[in-house]
Amino acid sequence: MAEHARKYPELWQRFTPRQTLVRYSWYMGVIFVAVWSVRNLDIPWFYFLDAHIQAADLAVRMWPPDMDFLGQLYDPLIETIHIATLGTAVTIVLAFPVAFLAARNTTFNSVTWFIGRLILVTSRSVNTVVWGLLFVAIFGPGPMAGIWAIAFRSIGFMGKLTAEAIEEIDQGPVEAIEATGASRLQVLWFGILPQVLPVIYGTTVYRWDINIRESTVLGFVGAGGIGIQLYASINLFSWQEVSLMLIAVFCVVVVSEFVSAIVRQRIT
Amino acid sequence: MLTVENLTKVYPTGAKALSDVSFLVDEPKVIAIIGPSGAGKSTLIRCVNRLVEPTSGKVLLGDTDVISLNRRGLRKARRRMGMIFQEYNLVERLTVMENVLSGRLGFVGFWRAYRRKFPSDDVAAAFRLLDRVGLEGYHNTRADALSGGERQRVGIARALMQAPDLLLVDEPTASLDPKTSRQIMRLLVELAHEAGTPALVNIHDVALAQTFSDRIIGLAAGEIVFDGSSDQLTADVLTRIYGEEDWSTTIRTDDDNDNGMTEGSDEGKQKGRPEKDQGSIPEASAG
Repeated sequence: MAEHARKYPELWQRFTPRQTLVRYSWYMGVIFVAVWSVRNLDIPWFYFLDAHIQAADLAVRMWPPDMDFLGQLYDPLIETIHIATLGTAVTIVLAFPVAFLAARNTTFNSVTWFIGRLILVTSRSVNTVVWGLLFVAIFGPGPMAGIWAIAFRSIGFMGKLTAEAIEEIDQGPVEAIEATGASRLQVLWFGILPQVLPVIYGTTVYRWDINIRESTVLGFVGAGGIGIQLYASINLFSWQEVSLMLIAVFCVVVVSEFVSAIVRQRIT
Repeated sequence: MLTVENLTKVYPTGAKALSDVSFLVDEPKVIAIIGPSGAGKSTLIRCVNRLVEPTSGKVLLGDTDVISLNRRGLRKARRRMGMIFQEYNLVERLTVMENVLSGRLGFVGFWRAYRRKFPSDDVAAAFRLLDRVGLEGYHNTRADALSGGERQRVGIARALMQAPDLLLVDEPTASLDPKTSRQIMRLLVELAHEAGTPALVNIHDVALAQTFSDRIIGLAAGEIVFDGSSDQLTADVLTRIYGEEDWSTTIRTDDDNDNGMTEGSDEGKQKGRPEKDQGSIPEASAG
């Protein structure tokens, strides 16, 4: 008994006092940052007080959705889907070579790897709407600007995921194809591509689904799609039109998510 | 056929995998390379077709100096050397036929390969080989649907599609169960003898090496310590290769196996479809 007491302490604690102190310091730090942010933002609390009244008022003005508007909605909605689809198609063509440059095991040297990574980071650091503004300046307003905005933002997403998939492939089959005397391009086509194809299919459909959502707001900056109507109706306070458009967009997004989920499930 | 002279490989880490390895393959025989893990067996085989670049030394395939070749020349030389791997290294998402035909990639242009339009001679040869390795009717099956033994048969067919002058075989049975191992080794040896192609076979199972090879090369710490026929492999020799151990059981077990192995009945099964191997546990690749 005495020996047992000597061997083990009577009190067991999960954390040392030092660890506990560090943990509480983190809590204090988070609270400090939150308080600081709110004070710094200078939020007009006056509007905050009747926010629930305003929200209820808006809901009333939105109801019922203006069903007569439905006829005018069809074309922009289809245009939105076309922008997303064509933008995704352009992305595949552009992202694939970039992914091979950005993967360590398929790039040529450290310079090409850096260029590949630079393209991916640039693409992802600019929001779709900002790309839209740039392309409206180049192509003028319309769906063309939207397609390129979608494509340029998606390159980073698709390219990054594809490059990661390429880096994680099994090198064994690649070695085997090389050992048959195949050329570099043949190795790529027979040894590497089949291994990353499921990832390419999956991310393409997933990105298409994201792009449908993104292309609904591209019209805010004049880059085509239903966003143009939505922006106009909001500015005219035609809330019953707005609510109809939100419902329409919601339906399209649900359908695209459904399609995307089914396709991704079937990839083997 | 193959001359290896003073082959040395030092890895960037400073590890010396091969030092001054020299041997000559002048007959179409099956040569087993045995040795402990890390002795340099895999490095040796990969230096022959330069999947690993040797540090110094000479590899002559016929009259071709493999080491001095440029990229293009190396690709041509690699067409003459078929390789078979421990983990089969098939492209899993492609069909058996595509995997077998990939042995012809060095002979066809990119667009043919891209459209999977291989010359009809190649397709006919592929069907013949699939029959021969016991995978008749499997051509449209995807490689990831096959068992370990079946995959290795595809690997063998892919290597033979090249109609190679030399087979490089890296631990062909290390991921297979004992029965499938014997079937695969027997098939490999038969095919090599039929085609009159010499084969360098890395193998760590001494009994299998003794049973199926004509000549044995023993590697220890990157050096050749034994080069002779299978029946010259004595306890003394094994001690030289692997270090001190009671070898009497290893050698006797092998004899027992030879007696106990009913060649006839096994051979009979060989003709039919390969059986699914059960419980083949993939082992970690030996250095």
